[in-house]
Order: sequence, then structure tokens, then C-alpha cells
Amino acid sequence: MRNGNRRGGINSADIEQIGGNGLLHRRALLGKGLVFAGAASIGADATGAAAEPLKDAEWSTHQGKTIGPKGGLSKYEDLTVRVLSNPKGEPRTQHARTPHHLLNGTITPSHLHFTILHNGIPDIDPEQHKMVIHGMVKQPLMFTLDRLMRYPMVTRQTFVECGGNSALMFSNEPVQQTLQYLHGVCSNSEWTGVLLSTLLDEAGVDPRAKWMIVEGADTAALTRSVPLTKAWDDAIVVLYQNGQRLMAEQGYPMRLLLPGWEGNMNIKYVRRIMITDQPAMTYYEARNYSPLLPDLKAYKFYFVNEVKSFITHPSFGTALKEPGYYEISGIAYSGSGTIKRVMVSADGGKSWADAAVQGPAQDKAFTRFHLPWRWDGQPAVLTSRAIDDGGNIQPLRADFIKTRGQSPKPMTNPLAFGNNHYNSLTCWGVNTKGEIAHVYI
Amino acid sequence: MSTYRISPLAIILTFGLAGAASAADDKNGLGARPGLGLPITNEDIKPWDITILPDGTNLPPGSGTANVGAKVFVDKGCNQCHGEGAKGGSNPALITDEKMTPGDIFSNKTIKNFWANATTLFDYIRRAMPWQAPRTLTDDEVYALTAYILAGNKLIEENVLIDAKSLPNVKMPNRENFIIRFPEKI
Ligand code: HEC
Repeated sequence: MRNGNRRGGINSADIEQIGGNGLLHRRALLGKGLVFAGAASIGADATGAAAEPLKDAEWSTHQGKTIGPKGGLSKYEDLTVRVLSNPKGEPRTQHARTPHHLLNGTITPSHLHFTILHNGIPDIDPEQHKMVIHGMVKQPLMFTLDRLMRYPMVTRQTFVECGGNSALMFSNEPVQQTLQYLHGVCSNSEWTGVLLSTLLDEAGVDPRAKWMIVEGADTAALTRSVPLTKAWDDAIVVLYQNGQRLMAEQGYPMRLLLPGWEGNMNIKYVRRIMITDQPAMTYYEARNYSPLLPDLKAYKFYFVNEVKSFITHPSFGTALKEPGYYEISGIAYSGSGTIKRVMVSADGGKSWADAAVQGPAQDKAFTRFHLPWRWDGQPAVLTSRAIDDGGNIQPLRADFIKTRGQSPKPMTNPLAFGNNHYNSLTCWGVNTKGEIAHVYI
Repeated sequence: MSTYRISPLAIILTFGLAGAASAADDKNGLGARPGLGLPITNEDIKPWDITILPDGTNLPPGSGTANVGAKVFVDKGCNQCHGEGAKGGSNPALITDEKMTPGDIFSNKTIKNFWANATTLFDYIRRAMPWQAPRTLTDDEVYALTAYILAGNKLIEENVLIDAKSLPNVKMPNRENFIIRFPEKI
């Protein structure tokens, strides 16, 4: 790495523009002081009004509010931001989404995690809840929460993503909505629980078995077929989310976690795991989560959420107030492994620059990327493209829709799920006023 | 235990920490494994054991015909959400000739034009319907409703008795049109 200054600073002359339309080298993010080559550049950098003399603000001069037993956000931060699909609880599915455009970092606050439930949130008494493992096992077993709490636990980060996430991206014309609508049924948490393999060992799985049929204690008794390979690999019966017991809408008191795999398979309120030699072809795998292809064939068992990324800052709904320096930042993740590289373009894919990938990047977890950008006030198209450690790369839209298709007419319902498992690029068009539109390239 | 699969973690726990579990505490030879699951009989699991497999495994005794099913459909209020004659209402049509359109990946998937297995119908109705009172139907009622929907969609003759033997053999027209996306994961 080049280093233009003995004190460890970086000489601005070194920070060459490395992509079209003002993308700067990620080296500029290293956190050491910038040493400007000449006074002229300081003047050029200073933007906005001059500062005024400082004085104590009103809130700095008297005793603050008394601390209570439960922490809370500042009143200036709006908590009621999740978009709801069915706020009156009519007899159909309910969804709430994560507002990625308002968040940063990688962990989704528990109360902003997306959730989808097919017959409301069950009110489960943790003392009464039971989970059984049966079917092709030597000894069927029943586990109470109390007992499970005594098992060795593992903690890991992983994202959970609905197979229907990014469904609006199938629209033949870009839908003008925030990331909450475009990619909001995907969130990332730190989860703690018991490895499912530990429990299966105890029951003794018949070597001829290949599948487990997992079922929840919710009213819909939601059920999916999961290959046992995943159970032995990294499946967890989760008890904690971000350090506290699972949110009620995330499966309290216990849920199945299949890192990187289709959200609907991560059965909440898990009450039964039946070991079998065949899949059950349950309602959701037989219908909703078998994506239709243009020739009317359909994929089944589309378990893996493939490599994806999108820029959260800036994004639709935020306007750039003036030309100058901005950090481009976003989220990348892959259900097949760890994010290795994220490329960013500011000229709609004509040129690309490597973003800084915030480490340590974790297996099947949100990974943040950053890149400095100096916007010159001219039209720009921002986008990102991620690659995981298995060499899987996010497909370009033209390639993606060639095999997967797109809607015949523009999607008008921003809450609709027309198809599943979209992982191509998301592009933000910036106009000369700094307004951001969702565009395709 | 030998023929039963053991995960690598269990091996580490068993061998790596074997010394920690005293012989006196370890009547069942669990080594360092917790062994805290409570044995339960298949008989006691039965009330929850509602999964039907495509080959018919787990289908209960009982039977039903379309005629009876048409009456149950109204008696149990299915028509309130799925419409008269199951032709669609506030919730999807269960009996419909709607086709998928080539090139339209947003085509409506129906029981007739999409589902691969008739067993899914029995499993889903028994598990999740009627919406506001799932798992209240008798097995005979579920067989009858299944027969009603299959016959209405002309997937079986009007008078066919649907039971554990006949249901898995109902041929669903779209069953050959599925491609396993990630076969290596299975
Ligand atoms: C209160 C409304 C309501 C009632 C009453 C009701 N259903 Fe449903 N039904 C639904 C909803 C909502 C869905 C979709 C569920 C989902 O997507 O998770 C559904 C889905 C179905 C499906 C799957 C259809 C498809 O093509 O995807 C079948 C079959 C079904 N219901 C059968 C029945 C039967 C039989 C009854 C009567 C015993 C019944 N329903 C009563 C609301 C209802």
C-alpha cells in the first residue's frame, strides 16, 4: 500500500479517483488524518455556512430525566417505522419490514426485524411449550425450554431473508420506493441457541433418513421440509436474539435457524421435527416458494438466499443536498458463505471500484461496505455488486431476467410478492438536483 | 448407537471432555452429552403427528366424496372466504380453470395448474383450515373437502371415494414441471 506521508497521513494527491463519476479509493477511509496538498483544496472542500459562536443549549443546563428500568430511544427517533401489510389482522398473511434506509451497521434492532406470519402472533406460555423430535429416530424425545436452557449454546450472526424479498425488483419498470419496500423482508441478528445436531444425536437419526419436516406451534402450524444435510451443518434451535429472549413475532420461545436459507424454512415456535426419508411437499414449498420461470416450469427447493448487495446510503428517499463528499455505504450478504468483495459504480456500471468491506466479514451475515465519493453535481447512477468466498457473483439484471423473467407490466402494489429469490443489482439514479430515483441499468 | 449418525461436535464433546462426566452420573453412557430430552412414545406424539407425505404415509383412516364435501364446504364456512362453489372470494379460488400464461412469471398458481401432489391438499386443509378454527375438522370431513376440490377441478371423477389409498394416486397435471434448484444440498 502506498503511503504518501511519514506521519501515517494520506496525501490527497494519492487519493486518485478510481471509478468514473467521483468514486475515491477506499484507502481514503483508513481513519488517519488527511494531509492536503495545498491550501486551495481546503477551500474547495469547505461547504455550508460558516460556524457561529457556541453557547450552552437549553438541555445542557438542568437535570435530565430519571433513568427507568427499560431503556428507550430519543423521542426524536421515530419507532413506528415498519411498513405493515395487514394492520387490522384480516384473515390473510401479515408482514412488517425493516427500514434499511434508516439504519446503519449490520445488526437489525430486534424490534425492527422483519416478520411475516400467516395467522398472527401466537401467545405461547414458555413453561408449557414442548418440542418433539420423532420419526426415523432410535428414541423419540421431547424437550422443554427449561431443559434446552441447560444445553451447550452457540452464538452467531446471520441474516434471515424471506424468499419473497426484493420481489418488487421483478417489475419490468423500476418501482419508486424505499429500501424498506424493495429489500425490507431481510434482517440480521446475533442469535444464540442449541445446535440442532446435538439434539438429533441424542434421538439417534436413522442413517437412511434424508429430510426433517419441521412444524411450528402457531395457529397455521406452519411446516417445511428441510434436508438433514443442513441440520448436521449449522442449524440451530434459537432461544435468544441480540442477547435477549426471542421477540414474540420471531418465534418465542424457540425457533429453527437455518443460516442463509429461505426465511420461511426457519420455522418459528418450533414444536415438532419429524425425521423422514422424503420431503412432505407442504403447502408453502408446493406453492409460494416454488418460483415460476418464463417457460412455466418452476424451481423447487430453492433453499439458498444467493449473494446480494444494495446501497443503503444514499438511497431512494434521501436527497443529496449539495455537491461534495459523501460516503456510499450498503449491505452485502450471501447464503452460501462470506462476502469477499463488493464493487461499486457511480456511472451505472461503466466503471467499478472496490469498496472497503467492513471486517471481520462473517459467514452468511450482513457485511457492510463503504466507499468515499465526491459528487460533482452531475447525473450519476450508483450501484453495487457483491462476490462471496465461493466465487458467486451478483448477476447483472439483463442476465438475471433472461433466465428468471420479469413482470409483464409494471408492479403497482408495493407490498406484492409476485415471484421469489431475486438477487440482481439495485441502482440509484442521482439527478442534478441531488434527487434519487430507483433505476435499472 | 454405532449405525446412527453422530455430528462432529458430539464427538469432540464425548471424547474431549470424557473425563469430566463421572461414571456414577453417566448411567446411560452419554459421556459429556447432556441427554436431557425426555423419552416420549409415538402414541403420545400422535395428536401432533399430522404431516402427510406424498406417498400417502400418515394418511388416516376415513374417506369422503365430492357430494359430501360440497355440503361440508358450506357448513364449515369455507365459502365465506373462498367464495360460492370455491370459485374465489376474499381468498383464493380453490376450483378454477385459470391457466398460467407463458412468459408471465406472475401467473396465478392454482391447485389445478400448479400443485404437484394431491396429498398437499389434505395436509393443508386439515392443518390450517378453516382459517379461524384450524384442526377442528374430522378426517372424514377433510377427505370429503379434498374430494370436492379435486372433482370440481376435474382432477377426479365426481363419484370417486377419496381415502388413504386413492389420494396419493391422483395425478396432478403440473407435477413434471419442477426443477430442483439446489440438488447438491439434499
Ligand atoms: C376466514 C377466511 C377463511 C376461511 C373461512 C377458510 N379459508 Fe382457506 N384460506 C384462507 C387464506 C387467507 C388462505 C391463504 C393462506 C396463506 O397464504 O397463508 C387460504 C388458503 C386455502 C387453501 C390453499 C389455496 C391455494 O390455492 O393456495 C385451501 C385449499 C383452503 N384455504 C381451503 C379451505 C377450506 C376447505 C376451508 C373450509 C374448511 C377454508 N379454506 C376456510 C382463508 C380462509
